[in-house]
Amino acid sequence: MVSLNQLVFVCLLYVAGLFLVAFLAERAALRGQGGWLLRSPLVYTLSLSIYCTAWTFYGAVGYAARSGLEYLTIYLGPSLVMIGWWWILRRLVRIGRSQRVTSIADLISSRYGKSNTLAIVVTIMAVIGVTPYIALQLQSVVLSLTIFAAPDTALVGTEHEVINRGQAAFWVATGLALFTVLFGTRNLNVNERHHGVVIAVAVEAVVKLVALMAVGIFVVWGLAGGVSETLARIDASAIGEWQVQPSRWVALTMLSAAAFLCLPRMFQVMVVENDDERYLQIASWAFPLYLMLMSLFVVPIAVVGLDLMPSGSNPDLFVLSLPLVQGQNGLAMLSFLGGFSSATSMVIVATLALSTMVSNHIVMPIWLTMRQEGAAQSGDVRNVVILARRLSILLIIALGYLYYRASGGSGALAAIGTISFGGVAQFLPALLGGIFWRGATRMGALCGLGTGFAFWVFTMLLPSFGPGTALSVATLEQGLAGIGWLRPEALFGIDGLDPTVHAVVWSLSMNTIVFGVVSLFTFPDPVERLQGAQFVNVFDHSSPTRGWTASVAGSEDLMIMAQRILGAAEARTFFGSYSKAQGVTGVLPEPTPQFVQALERELAASVGAATAHAMVAQIVGGTSVSVQDLLAVADESAQMLEYSNQLEAKSRELSEIAVKLRTANEKLTQLSLQKDSFLSQISHELRTPMTSIRSFSEILRDAKGMKAADKTRYASIIHSETIRLTRLLDDLLDLSVLENGQVTLNIRSANLASVLDQSVVTALAASTRPLKVQRDPLADDVTITTDVDRLGQVFINLVANAQKYCRADNPELSIHAQCDAQTLTLDFVDNGDGIAADAQAVIFEKFFRISGVEGEGAGLGLAICHEIMTRLGGDISYLPQAEGTAFRVTLPLIAAPSSAEKPVLSVLT
Amino acid sequence: MARSPIFLERRGYRLRRMMDAVRFLPFLGLALWMVPLLWPGADGTAHAGADPMPLSVALRYIFGIWGLLVLAAWALWRRTGDSAGTADVTAPGAD
Repeated sequence: MVSLNQLVFVCLLYVAGLFLVAFLAERAALRGQGGWLLRSPLVYTLSLSIYCTAWTFYGAVGYAARSGLEYLTIYLGPSLVMIGWWWILRRLVRIGRSQRVTSIADLISSRYGKSNTLAIVVTIMAVIGVTPYIALQLQSVVLSLTIFAAPDTALVGTEHEVINRGQAAFWVATGLALFTVLFGTRNLNVNERHHGVVIAVAVEAVVKLVALMAVGIFVVWGLAGGVSETLARIDASAIGEWQVQPSRWVALTMLSAAAFLCLPRMFQVMVVENDDERYLQIASWAFPLYLMLMSLFVVPIAVVGLDLMPSGSNPDLFVLSLPLVQGQNGLAMLSFLGGFSSATSMVIVATLALSTMVSNHIVMPIWLTMRQEGAAQSGDVRNVVILARRLSILLIIALGYLYYRASGGSGALAAIGTISFGGVAQFLPALLGGIFWRGATRMGALCGLGTGFAFWVFTMLLPSFGPGTALSVATLEQGLAGIGWLRPEALFGIDGLDPTVHAVVWSLSMNTIVFGVVSLFTFPDPVERLQGAQFVNVFDHSSPTRGWTASVAGSEDLMIMAQRILGAAEARTFFGSYSKAQGVTGVLPEPTPQFVQALERELAASVGAATAHAMVAQIVGGTSVSVQDLLAVADESAQMLEYSNQLEAKSRELSEIAVKLRTANEKLTQLSLQKDSFLSQISHELRTPMTSIRSFSEILRDAKGMKAADKTRYASIIHSETIRLTRLLDDLLDLSVLENGQVTLNIRSANLASVLDQSVVTALAASTRPLKVQRDPLADDVTITTDVDRLGQVFINLVANAQKYCRADNPELSIHAQCDAQTLTLDFVDNGDGIAADAQAVIFEKFFRISGVEGEGAGLGLAICHEIMTRLGGDISYLPQAEGTAFRVTLPLIAAPSSAEKPVLSVLT
Repeated sequence: MARSPIFLERRGYRLRRMMDAVRFLPFLGLALWMVPLLWPGADGTAHAGADPMPLSVALRYIFGIWGLLVLAAWALWRRTGDSAGTADVTAPGAD
């Protein structure tokens, strides 16, 4: 017989061995050695085995002895989830890596816009949900201790107690707390990865599997006498028939699958501690294999136990009591160590995961708000974080202990386990909705979680304390406040369901419905929507979503804060690597959005996303949504807008071109008409003098005895007609020369007044009609440097035109000069009728003559003026708004003769 | 983004079908493990007349499925393990 002291000694030795393994692993990890083992798929798979707790080790046999094969549902669900890794786990692990989440609360809060409220709710729910589970571990260790202390009494379950169970539980709890604190919170690790813990958990996984299989092999081949005999015994036993309630079979399989995803400790080892996504696929067959081996011998042990043990002995302890009764002390010891391993590894990882959540989502935010100085205050936050974690561990284990005391430590292990599963499974809708449905909102998640949790507390947790403890007997039988349809085990009057199925179905379905409906009717804020898009489309893009408007962030403040969380040396290394990457001399990098983003993730690895976000926000001032992010969200609309803008611009351009073309076309048509009319005009102009020359020369030749006076008269007519022809041809030649740019300018300085005097005299010299010319002598007194002769030609033309075409009774022409620093402007305005609007556009074209106006010109004067002014670097234009006919001549005071290219349209004429 | 081709060569095609099998496997397992619900049970309201299924048969069936699923998952891992992480194979698209 093994004494209790021996047992305690062996336990301590085992724990010391685990410590050594963990210590060596941490040291190897620090030195960068042993990566092949620490980060191997084998260790990853074995660490997943914390799913198998004392519940599996002891409880499964008890479960099988009570309810047959139903215990398998607890392992079928996780096996299916693992085999279906491609659907959910792959996504979770990728999100966990890209967002650097530290816990399931962190993941959910991160998905719904880094909401700390949600993180707090999830954390509290997780703590409450896992409390029964920790109580279960305490209970199993205490039970196994009791059986060693006094096997005979414990076996028959007498009221007489050999050891004080409460006291034993207290010491076990204290030991576990100490163990966890020493193990898990020695330092703050990047990404919350605990290599030492993981390797210790892997060792414990091997121990419990070996122990359970050893007992199983002993039972099958040692006690039952072989496989076929065992099977025969199974069929002959009390549980020898398939007698599973279908509803429980389905509900428990689903529940265990959900809990496998949602349990904080499973999330910790599966997602947070995952080093390589490829390990998932290896675990997809290795972990179901492990589960299968763990549950393989459960039924034989249960059946043989029922056969051999006296009636009334606790079936939960068959694993231990069978070898003990058979005198196999070594095997019993191994079995005890297996159970102890299951319990300790679960408690360590579960409390570590929960304490991370509590300190990151509850303690740190409160601490930050209480310290008004803000996050930049000097001092080491790391100590606060570690202290918070240690206190959280103590608190969680204390809660487990209290639950154990409150529930009396009497319930079957499996029943306690299902309560815990039901609690954490409430995360499932928010979790799956968050990673598959972009429409899931924070409000929806909060309402769904709250509803599901309330249903769970009322239908599962409170009744578990037994009638009359948390819920009165009256409430249990007649419903809350006497309302019949509020009975905890028959809600809404639906009676006759199994209590577990009832609670699971109601809580999860109400949770999902409320989550979905509220999500449909609420609107997420921008950060939430971006996070949603990132989570759902995690395989499309892995770029960070949020940008900090970091211009106001002092690198120094960030440095001080980072030192407090990461430690001085790590922070300096981190900042240094970034300043080197940015090419900045010195330690402090520019606070670019990328840098602040990276820093936030680095901090998130230590204190959680929401806290890190809050701390950085205190210094930096707030998140901004970058243009790329918005484009990603409103991609289609943005593209459409851009496209329609382009279309609009193009159509505007097209219509402008069409207008230009139409104008050009009109002008061309008009010019063509002008040319036609001019050709007839010029032939007429040329013919008229020619005709008179021919006639008079014929008279001179043929007439006999003509008077000398007549001869002279006829000859002078011929002469004047020739002059007219010459002038016409001169004009044409002049214009041609001007247009071809062959003219040479004779530039000199002269006074404007004298040029005008000369021009007016010349223009009016031969006139018969009087024209009064008004001038302003003061304004005319300007010196100009230009081709004075050509300019005079323009003036003569304008004055002569006024003289010829002004139809007023007392024709008047006022010449008004204006002058600024560079430009001279001359207006020639007469008191005539003006020019019709449709003709104004073409008066400067060659051969244009206003129809219906008599005169001798060929329509070349203004065209020549226009060409001259262009050559002189000035311009001549018609002033449509003036009374009478008005021309404006502008020219530079000092001419810079332009080599203006030929007007395009002149080519046509 | 470059358009992926509509048809793949034989090897790529096989790989994609293997990934389809990976996705399909959990549903097969679920269906097979729900088969015991059809058996006449001791509580059986639906099969009151039939003999209940012996536990040894039930054990053999459930553990048999378990073993087959593990074997199938292992075989699929051997075939697809190297490329399952790369997006172009796992993503549904060209066939």
